[in-house]
Amino acid sequence: MAQAAAEIEPDAPVFRIRGLSKVYCTGDVEVHALRGVDFEARRGEFIVILGPSGSGKSTFLNIIGGLDSATSGEAQFLDHSLTRQNEAGLTRYRRDHVGFIFQFYNLVPSLTARENVQLVTEIARHPMTPEEALALVGLEDRMDHFPAQLSGGEQQRVAIARAIAKRPDVLLCDEPTGALDSKTGIKVLEALTRVNAEIGATTLVITHNAAIREIADRVVNFANGTIVSEQRNAARKLASEVSW
Amino acid sequence: MRALHRKLLRDLMRLWPQALAIALVMAAGVATLILGVGAYDSLSTTRAQYYEANRFADVFATVTRAPKSLKDDIARIDGVSAAETRISKIALADVEGMIEPASVLLTSLPEFGEQVLNRIYLRTGRVPDPEAAGEAVASEGFAAVHGLRPGDTVRVLINGRQREIVLSGTALSPEFIYALGPGDLMPDARRFGILWMPEGALAAAYDLEGAFSSVSLKLVPGNNEARVIEALDGMLERYGGSGAHGRKDQVSHSFLDAELQQLKAMSRVLPPIFLVVAAFLVNMTLSRLIALEREQIGLLKAMGYSSWAVARHYIGFVTLIALLGIVIGLAAGSWLGYGMTKLYAAFFSFPFLVFSRNPAIYVIAAAVTYGAAVLGALKAVSDVAWLSPAVAMSPPAPQRYRKLFSGTIGMPRMVRQSSVIIMRHLTHWPWRTASGILGIAMAVAILVGSLWSFGSIDHMVDVTFFRSDRQDASINFASARPVSALYETRRLPGVLRAEPYRAVAVKLRKGHVERRLSLVGKPPDAELSRVLSGDLQPVALPPDGLVISSAVAEILGLRVGETVEIEVLEGRRQRLLQPVSAIITGYLGLTAYMDLEQMNRMLDEGAMISGTHIAIDESLQAELFTALKATPTANFIALQYVALQKFRETLAQNIVIMVTVYAVLAGIIAFGVVYNFARISLSEQGREMASLRVLGFTRGEVSGLLTGELAVVVIIAQPLGWLIGYSFAWAMAEGFTSELYRVPLVINREVYAYASLVVLAAAMVSGLIVRRRIDRLDMIEVLKTRE
Repeated sequence: MAQAAAEIEPDAPVFRIRGLSKVYCTGDVEVHALRGVDFEARRGEFIVILGPSGSGKSTFLNIIGGLDSATSGEAQFLDHSLTRQNEAGLTRYRRDHVGFIFQFYNLVPSLTARENVQLVTEIARHPMTPEEALALVGLEDRMDHFPAQLSGGEQQRVAIARAIAKRPDVLLCDEPTGALDSKTGIKVLEALTRVNAEIGATTLVITHNAAIREIADRVVNFANGTIVSEQRNAARKLASEVSW
Repeated sequence: MRALHRKLLRDLMRLWPQALAIALVMAAGVATLILGVGAYDSLSTTRAQYYEANRFADVFATVTRAPKSLKDDIARIDGVSAAETRISKIALADVEGMIEPASVLLTSLPEFGEQVLNRIYLRTGRVPDPEAAGEAVASEGFAAVHGLRPGDTVRVLINGRQREIVLSGTALSPEFIYALGPGDLMPDARRFGILWMPEGALAAAYDLEGAFSSVSLKLVPGNNEARVIEALDGMLERYGGSGAHGRKDQVSHSFLDAELQQLKAMSRVLPPIFLVVAAFLVNMTLSRLIALEREQIGLLKAMGYSSWAVARHYIGFVTLIALLGIVIGLAAGSWLGYGMTKLYAAFFSFPFLVFSRNPAIYVIAAAVTYGAAVLGALKAVSDVAWLSPAVAMSPPAPQRYRKLFSGTIGMPRMVRQSSVIIMRHLTHWPWRTASGILGIAMAVAILVGSLWSFGSIDHMVDVTFFRSDRQDASINFASARPVSALYETRRLPGVLRAEPYRAVAVKLRKGHVERRLSLVGKPPDAELSRVLSGDLQPVALPPDGLVISSAVAEILGLRVGETVEIEVLEGRRQRLLQPVSAIITGYLGLTAYMDLEQMNRMLDEGAMISGTHIAIDESLQAELFTALKATPTANFIALQYVALQKFRETLAQNIVIMVTVYAVLAGIIAFGVVYNFARISLSEQGREMASLRVLGFTRGEVSGLLTGELAVVVIIAQPLGWLIGYSFAWAMAEGFTSELYRVPLVINREVYAYASLVVLAAAMVSGLIVRRRIDRLDMIEVLKTRE
């Protein structure tokens, strides 16, 4: 799990998922969040995941991000099984390979933008500097502001900077523009596509927003806990060209 | 500095009021232990060093008259390292500006050289010139109360003759740290003092040339005191020895011991309770505070921080709070302890003060507090840290609430929904609610545990001074006199009623256990100085047998109907067996009573009395005192109202200082707990309140949810707090109990009321603070941050 992805042959899938299932038991109710999902993603691919609420897309992202465990099935990151990792293994996986971006930014309110990024760079193996990461998302002049002093779009870009600062192999985004208006949402998408291009991280973006599909290499549709369809975009649009 | 460390510091700054409140609770727990134990240790160390430096004797004995040549034989008793003989007599004194007679203990200073034992500590002036018959050093307390300085004079009725004594100086003595007049319950420096005079002068006045009336011994360390006493008694018997005794029965020592015992009880019972309560509260509060950090914990884990790294972070958080609390507590505890020790040292008239700091206590206080804080943090972190980050980051799943009234009955219509919300909250997290109730109950309990003693003191006063010993004064004769002395007393001006009593020093023995005490004979139908039963009804002394206090019964293991051996330590020194005919309640000292006539038959010395208890016509008081001052047979007049006043003053000095400090610290704890409970509840329910605001609830209605919850918890906590407080008080009353005092556990309703009021006030203030926060919060902003 510790090796860098660069040592692996360029065309090998980053993720190889087979029959992934997840059942939540909340009280007396059993919820089948995932029902045997098969999926693959290649290095540097930009994938948009669409689907209604409760279709299982967030659960899927959480499991391949090492935030949650599967009930059955197999999930592989490069040549390592995620489904067979223990808690410590998953922690190492997240620390070394995964960058997360959440709908509500999840910044630490008591730390400035720079310090929020430092939180990650201090424990990562080959991180960029917090300043570089913030420059990548265009926040070089807002680095010493606290989250409360930043707009929603800026906060989300800090979250992106925090996610990419470790030079992750995969970037997992759950509704990154969900809480933003169209104008600031596009800025965030620009930051994401730029990062995807520059550091080559496989990027998975969950969204409700079908307009975003056009900037992806591939679009995956979730419903009822499974993938119901996939489309490949012949040509990717620029983030600045989409609107909603 | 790492980003995580910065987060920690900023989190602390953000939560400073809560962190400070928690730190203060910790500080109160730590300070109580430090000051309580510190004051006790310092005072007992000081006493030990004072005793050592001034060579306080180990064994004491008095005789009627023994030849000084006996001293060498006494010094040769195996185990005795030093012996000193002297003359010691009690006499009435007439002091300028005092209408009632005072008494002085005249004690001789050696003719040649310095004192070997019980050395005086000269505070002003000089020791008297051995050649000057009319000079004396006065005890400092006595001199201070009367404004006497070297060169001033006191008139003393020495062996029936008025003498003018010139003071050459003032002094303290380890022998009279507590100067207690014969028959007095409490020391009163105004009416009783010590005069140290050259031996020659006293020997001449009392016809004791070449003789002594008192002897003190210092023992070789580790020696068997009982064997030395036995040998000494054997030597002194033919000279009218009244039984030697060790320090345990030395008046000043035993009083000081009882006082220190009380301080010890206060320092060994209450502070650990404080510390444990503070630790519990800190644990509870911190674990709730950290549980609020659930999402941040999830986030840190999502970034790749391990569960341990997260735990370490929060341990760091509580460490800083604990450090603040411990530092404040150690500093405040040392400072308060030092101040309190100084107050006590002044009260006990120690010439110097050794302030002892026991590092072990500091370590224990810090470790218990820190341990509790860390455990609280670990508990909260482990609840969250072992969740998968995805679950931790999302808000906790909606809780499954239960209906309070299930089935067809349903919630009564008239109950408002806001009340339903409050009740469901409280019942849904039973552990949280229970720990909140317990925490607040603990705050009530430590207040009750600090304040209870006033009711007990009132009860002791009521029983002792208003139900049992109802006389206005007691006249103590220098030696037993025929019963006709009673009629002389009755003829004194202003005496409305007089009752005789006889007191003899005895040893009561059962098996191997024996106690030295004063056996008192009274007329069976005494009206002034009565003997009371356990339910406080007057007991008519039975014509035969002994009535003993429950303390004596417990120590000797005696029950009604059993026989006890009485060894009389005066006169013919009989040894007799008597049955125990009743056991009564007595709070002060070890007491045993007998019917006066039966006692006189037993002693076989004729109808004798040791003194009289009298009721006085107040308008003739001055005339009475003037007459008494000239009465050569009386050597001490005990005044009941003065005794009562002194009793209150002594206890006030002794207990009030400590209780006040404890009550203030308990108040701080109470506030810290309630405030944190309110603040954390606010954080936990912020989202729900925001939703209600959006639905159109007013600020008042929304704050009502929180203050309502607080009110329910605080109110339920009260009776529980009283109950726990009662058990704390019980533990302390047990700790107070010594052979000199027996503290009845009487808790007035005012104590419960006061404890509850303090906590309710803390709750009101906390409620207002929280209310202000709710008013200031932008509820809509809260809602926007999460779905």
